[in-house]
Amino acid sequence: MSTLKILVIDDEPGIRSGVSRILRNFRVDYPFMEEAFDFAVFEAPTGEAGIEIIENNRPDILLLDNKLPGIQGIEVLEYVRKKQYNIIVVMITSYASLELAVKATSDGASDFIPKPFTPQELRSSIENITKKIFLKKMTATLKDTGKHIQFQFLSVLSHELKAPLNAIEGYLKMAKEHQLGEKIEDYNAIFDRSLDRIHGMRTLILDLLDLTKVESGKAQRNIINTDLIQAIRAAIDAIQPYSIQRDIRINLHGPDQLIMKADTNEMDIIFNNLISNAIKYNKEGGSVDISIGEEEGMIRISVVDTGIGMTETEMGKLFQDFVRIRNEKTKNITGSGLGLSIVKKLAENYGGTIEVTSIPDQGSTFIVSLPNEKSCL
Amino acid sequence: MIPGKITILIVDDDMDYLFQTKMKLEQMGFSTITADSQREAELILERTRPDLAIVDLMMENEDSGFILIYKIKKKYPDVPVIILTAVAAETGITFDIQDENNRKWIKADLFLDKGIRSDVLKSEIERLLQKN
Repeated sequence: MSTLKILVIDDEPGIRSGVSRILRNFRVDYPFMEEAFDFAVFEAPTGEAGIEIIENNRPDILLLDNKLPGIQGIEVLEYVRKKQYNIIVVMITSYASLELAVKATSDGASDFIPKPFTPQELRSSIENITKKIFLKKMTATLKDTGKHIQFQFLSVLSHELKAPLNAIEGYLKMAKEHQLGEKIEDYNAIFDRSLDRIHGMRTLILDLLDLTKVESGKAQRNIINTDLIQAIRAAIDAIQPYSIQRDIRINLHGPDQLIMKADTNEMDIIFNNLISNAIKYNKEGGSVDISIGEEEGMIRISVVDTGIGMTETEMGKLFQDFVRIRNEKTKNITGSGLGLSIVKKLAENYGGTIEVTSIPDQGSTFIVSLPNEKSCL
Repeated sequence: MIPGKITILIVDDDMDYLFQTKMKLEQMGFSTITADSQREAELILERTRPDLAIVDLMMENEDSGFILIYKIKKKYPDVPVIILTAVAAETGITFDIQDENNRKWIKADLFLDKGIRSDVLKSEIERLLQKN
């Protein structure tokens, strides 16, 4: 249990004791917070007395009335701001003028509660502020350990998983309630959609597993002499049913063999992702040209498609986690949004790079460059 | 627009959610127009004034939802707007919308979680419509 210090500065004793009473047994906690918070309330009848308490006790939250006998609340606020104390300020005002509100906000007030306020209103405001304080603390701690990215990642991930679950649940409820009638055939479309969403979730989970292996650096890497040509051919074979369905030709240009010291699984992941994207984002009847070669110790693999292409802006977002380009043309294309971020991380693990160029409606070119440590016999 | 029926614009990039919400609202007796992107919604708004709008927050760009709401309120200030979000309170940090203070500056009339029950959704919609 953590205790937050709240200072209430108000010349009305009824208000001060009211706040103490309302917050005395109040607790804030919510499911994923490991801490619960309760409150210690300090009271001051004037701005001057309040400042003394601020100096001696450093409260976390300040409930500040503007109309005070000596210096005004707004001046206390300025004081706090000048001193750069990390205190969250809530103005409790019996009249709120726009001018005051703007001034107070620009001086750092976080919230306004007009008087008279109900116990619930006060608790609500304090609860929100407590969550804010908690999150600030969490962010600071996480940033220190460099894990803030992970936290954000998990948030987006939970959204990406919740959406298909909600969709499937919605469809099952519709079926259960016979909302489309009594004939089972009439439910085919929603069953198909549910299966599509499940497929999407599975892809996401598999990609996540790839990603965690790559990120953790603890993956079982088996660096051996790997023939990249064989790996590319395997990736082409794997995608064949889909490429046939879309009537897309895949051409491979390169030597018969190209050996690189690499983990075979990681190479598979790179090629599977690049080639499946080249098919997915391609036009029916289009083509994919894969070229691979080595020059001065650098292996370059380029994957060129005749697909829908991307704008400069879209390219800029491309390699981030969960980012899929979404526009009119990509409406029916599914994916986890993790493929390219995984490929980029893998390439970088080998000391390599990935680049992309593209022309909208004409196609895209992805080039992966990997330094080749010569295989030793 | 069907005369006599309240028309609700639903905007969400998840086509299944869009379909299910459309069905729910129609069962409640509303008429619906759907849009699967900020772009499509803007095109619709150019020629139609809905009686109420339900907008998902996360669409093609992180701020699609915000921008759309701003535009709706600018064009039709009296049309109530409900923001629906699946990124509910549990996750905390990620999106600014979780910050109560940011919520104040966003022009929506109501924030609801996507998991809301139909009967609650209906009463919230009716409450907003009555206000006008």
